[in-house]
Amino acid sequence: MRTPIRWLGEFVELPASAGPGTQPDARLVADALVRVGLEIERVDSAADAITGPLVLGRVVSFVDEPQRNGKVIRWCDVDVGEAQPRGIVCGAQNFAVGDVVVVALPGAVLPGGFAISARKTYGHVSDGMICSARELGIGDDHAGILVLPAGSGEPGSDALDALGLRESVLDMAVTPDRGYCLSMRGIAREAAAALDRRFTDIAPPLPPVDGQAYPITVDDPSGCDLFSARAVAGLDPAAATPAWMAQRLRQCGMRPISLAVDVANYVMLETGQPLHTFDRAKLTGAIGVRRAARGEKLVTLDGVARALDPDDLVVTDDTGPIALAGVMGGASTDIDEASTDIVLEAAHWHPASISRAVRRHKLPSEAAKRFERGVDPAIAGVALQRCVDLLVEHGGARAVDGYTVVGEQPVPALIALLATRPADVAGMVIGRDAVVHRLEQVGCAVDGADVLQVRPPSWRPDLTDPADLVEEVVRLEGYERIPSQLPTPPPGRGLTGEQRLRRSVSRALAAAGYLEVLSSVFVSPTVHDAFGLPADDPRRRAARVANPLSDTEPELRTSLLPGLLATLLRNVGRGNRSVALFEMGSVYLPRPDAPPMPRPAVTSRPSEEELRGLDAALPDQPRHAGAVLCGDVEPAGWWGRARVADWSDAVAAARAVAAAARANLEVRNAVYPPWHPGRCAELRLDGRVIGHAGELHPRTVAALGLPDRTCAMELDLDALQPPPPAQAPVLSTFPPVLLDVALVVPDGVPAADVSAALRAGAGPLLESLRLFDVYADATRVGEGYRSMAFALTFRAPDRTLTVAEAMTFRDEAVARAVSEVGARLRG
Amino acid sequence: MSPQAFDPVEPHALRPEVITAEVEASTAAFEAARSLEELKAARLAHIGDRSPLALANREIGALPPAARAAAGQRLGVARTAVKAAHDAREVHLETERDERVLVEEAVDVTLPTPRRPGGARHPLTSVAERISDVFVAMGYEVAEGPEVEAEWYNFDALNIGPDHPARSTMDTLFVGTEDSGIVLRTQTSPVQARMMLTREPPIYVICPGKTFRADELDATHSPVFHQVEGLAVDVGITMAHLRGTLDNLAEAMFGDGVITRLRPSYFPFTEPSAEVDLVCFVCHGESVGNPDRPCRTCNSEGWIEWGGCGAVNPRVLIACGIDPEIYSGFAFGMGIERTVMFRDNATDMRDMVEGDVRFTAAFGMEA
Repeated sequence: MRTPIRWLGEFVELPASAGPGTQPDARLVADALVRVGLEIERVDSAADAITGPLVLGRVVSFVDEPQRNGKVIRWCDVDVGEAQPRGIVCGAQNFAVGDVVVVALPGAVLPGGFAISARKTYGHVSDGMICSARELGIGDDHAGILVLPAGSGEPGSDALDALGLRESVLDMAVTPDRGYCLSMRGIAREAAAALDRRFTDIAPPLPPVDGQAYPITVDDPSGCDLFSARAVAGLDPAAATPAWMAQRLRQCGMRPISLAVDVANYVMLETGQPLHTFDRAKLTGAIGVRRAARGEKLVTLDGVARALDPDDLVVTDDTGPIALAGVMGGASTDIDEASTDIVLEAAHWHPASISRAVRRHKLPSEAAKRFERGVDPAIAGVALQRCVDLLVEHGGARAVDGYTVVGEQPVPALIALLATRPADVAGMVIGRDAVVHRLEQVGCAVDGADVLQVRPPSWRPDLTDPADLVEEVVRLEGYERIPSQLPTPPPGRGLTGEQRLRRSVSRALAAAGYLEVLSSVFVSPTVHDAFGLPADDPRRRAARVANPLSDTEPELRTSLLPGLLATLLRNVGRGNRSVALFEMGSVYLPRPDAPPMPRPAVTSRPSEEELRGLDAALPDQPRHAGAVLCGDVEPAGWWGRARVADWSDAVAAARAVAAAARANLEVRNAVYPPWHPGRCAELRLDGRVIGHAGELHPRTVAALGLPDRTCAMELDLDALQPPPPAQAPVLSTFPPVLLDVALVVPDGVPAADVSAALRAGAGPLLESLRLFDVYADATRVGEGYRSMAFALTFRAPDRTLTVAEAMTFRDEAVARAVSEVGARLRG
Repeated sequence: MSPQAFDPVEPHALRPEVITAEVEASTAAFEAARSLEELKAARLAHIGDRSPLALANREIGALPPAARAAAGQRLGVARTAVKAAHDAREVHLETERDERVLVEEAVDVTLPTPRRPGGARHPLTSVAERISDVFVAMGYEVAEGPEVEAEWYNFDALNIGPDHPARSTMDTLFVGTEDSGIVLRTQTSPVQARMMLTREPPIYVICPGKTFRADELDATHSPVFHQVEGLAVDVGITMAHLRGTLDNLAEAMFGDGVITRLRPSYFPFTEPSAEVDLVCFVCHGESVGNPDRPCRTCNSEGWIEWGGCGAVNPRVLIACGIDPEIYSGFAFGMGIERTVMFRDNATDMRDMVEGDVRFTAAFGMEA
């Protein structure tokens, strides 16, 4: 809401600014308004767009000089308050000798960066420019130059002051609960309260209601509790909008159109009451109010034919709908350049109905913005009277007798408020008198002693609960007065095990060289094809966003990999050849058997069943951890060659995650898209598959344009339990016996199985076992076999183990490997 | 027993001058050795089994018994001296060798060391943890809730009625159909409702998390962003407690003396409501009313919005089954991106969202 400071000053005496000029101190007013809750976005003025000398001039003389191109230019002498008049060339001819005009002198820059200099044109040196309204950015008129009324000021005086362009305009955001602040009257009331000054309301004398202005019937009082109308006749359709009014409309960001429209807009800005103007000659029969019938259509003022919804409130005449109530008028009854007799409507519409209509028709309007937030039902008559008065004064119109009002102004309900409540909520001292004073400042009628009976004013439909009144009192007392204290929560227990585990996992992955990213949760369904997922893969069963930000990415992720890989690709595209990323976050898995979402009431606690229903209708949202990498994990350097990322790095990342939970991850070969079928590890925990890791399928790599051999890991973090307390080992200080074993194992036997067999056979004194060499060499171990060499460490807890003893354990280990996995000792 | 026959002539090798000469020759030979190898050769010549003094020792038996002691003693002194001379030279040569080898083994320690580049955590994660820690230290719990959320929790329970503009497709992302009753949560506040419905007061929780709005990505907006929600419900909770708690958080995050401001605002789920502002981290308020030094960060207003807060609306307490006559509460929600922007001078939201490793890498492992 843009608010010219002098307009505001018509309702409340504002502190004057300390500097030169006569306008109120906008900064001071802005600060006061911010303190009571209006968000001031900026303080500006039309003069901000103009720099350099812009002065008033008086035309001393001129000569009209016809040009060869058919144009006539005027070579003028203009007095700009200097010893000699300046010679200025002007293309317009709508002025006479003695007229006061606006002159931009060389060095001035007009709106749009239009720089003025002395320049040679039409055989003269033009020493400045006589300006039109459009050139000054204060109007659209470019037919001629701007001629000011005599007495506007002395030649050479500052034109910005004379034009009122230095007037400060406060631009503010109005929260949805304060609809009344979408008017000068409402903001002025706030300023009066904030500055503790007197507020003067608009109160023109109103005629008695007699139903004679125009016949009106309201068939839907729930949608329209008040509909009032006045009429004028004999309006001069050519009457111009007064310059001050046009200027104020422009300051408020509206474009002047015609007197009748401008007056309606002006009064709306002033009172907050949106008004609609009907051309009386175009109305057929009585005006009515109802909901639209199915199939009805309306061409609105913007020329769009709209199919109406049975929930739409419409204004009708005998021809059908003539306006989308509270949102936009219809074309058929719109006033035009020939309209002389006008019916003025000021109604009070049901806010939610208007909201729905705006959303349905995607048609936000100044009127709807106000009705949605609530308009003062008591102001309709005042607004109509203001319109009538202004049309009479500036348009030569005649006020038609009669004032029609259908419906009644609702009386706001009384609210009981403990006088001590505001102090209790704020945590500061606020006496009863201050409470009453503040409530009266916002317009409430207050009665009672310890328990106040408060009747909110008509323009505050937002005040319904004691808490609302508390806010009014506390904000006017000033939030800056609220002291700073700390509450005393009961002693806490710190983070949960799950929370600590997630932090450990995050640190483990970062420590392993991965960089954390928070990738997009929105994915394209085409990624499932790029991943080569079968048609029935559950990862294809994604939740969809009904109104996605991008039509190509309507799905919510069922895996972290699409987002991670897109982020990897972005980094590669930015010139980073080696990338290792991780992410921890939710994936969204719709439940196939999800019940419909219940809608419990909010007047009391929902039942347990309803609460369970709310959760049951939501997708499963497990937290996953994922990592992707490509390029070198160790760069080439003075130490040697680079080490290129491979499947084992991805598995190592999974192991790092599991290690943070001290979990024993089992790893198996598996075939699972989008991984390479020969290089995919299935990750199991207690027999349950919790994720996969390895190198991506070459087809997926190609489909997504990823670097060759890109690797990835993803697992279900929620499957990991926070580790129980560790069992501290008892350390033996006796010397170990170190023995190596080289086995020849048939292809296809996983190393994990060989290790497991050795472990099982080696007995309790095996301290550790490490696979340190693997190779397949037909000439040395035969076709179809691999050699695996293990280092075994044996140690006894209570004595020095002899080599002979250890060798018997080793032999048992080997025997187990022979019998269980078909290994043989390498000769 | 016939008297043993002795050589009347003292053997040459045992003559004092011969011994002295050998000591001198040995010492000279050791001194002449320029390497441990040469010293080893000299040692074999002068201390070994075939050395003159070793051979001389064998002659002692040939002396008359009366002369043996003196000769033995003389020889012992000589051998000790020779050994000492050798050892001294050996220490000398070893020191010399060590020094030379250590010099030869010297490296350039300024060569790059990290063979595996380090990883890093995203500042949105570490800042969320930092905020959580501040509250955990005060006794709060860290709460969590689903990101795909029931409209009832996201709106209805928070006193945001069915026709509220925030519930339109312009602002909110709906999951499934527009009337499915399921949304991507637009704020972390639904966790408030979940906590109040599952706990008995006193409730003190903090909840960092992901939130979603139908916004286009630009320098200051992201459709996916992060908030941290705080909630306290207890007997006698006031707005003074809210202010104190926010002051404590601001100082913990930005350092002592950071200036905050509570400004009246409107949220359906708090009443009274306020915005929390921080003094602009770029101009520190100096751009206000100073057209020569405009500040783009705060629009020359001197303050930057940090988040929203207020006293929990009694209607919300009722919807969550808490008696507003007994309990009161406060709630706040801060933008974590904003917090990172303030704290670390991150100026473009897109850098936080796009996952460029150069951005994350700058934050390292900080906790």
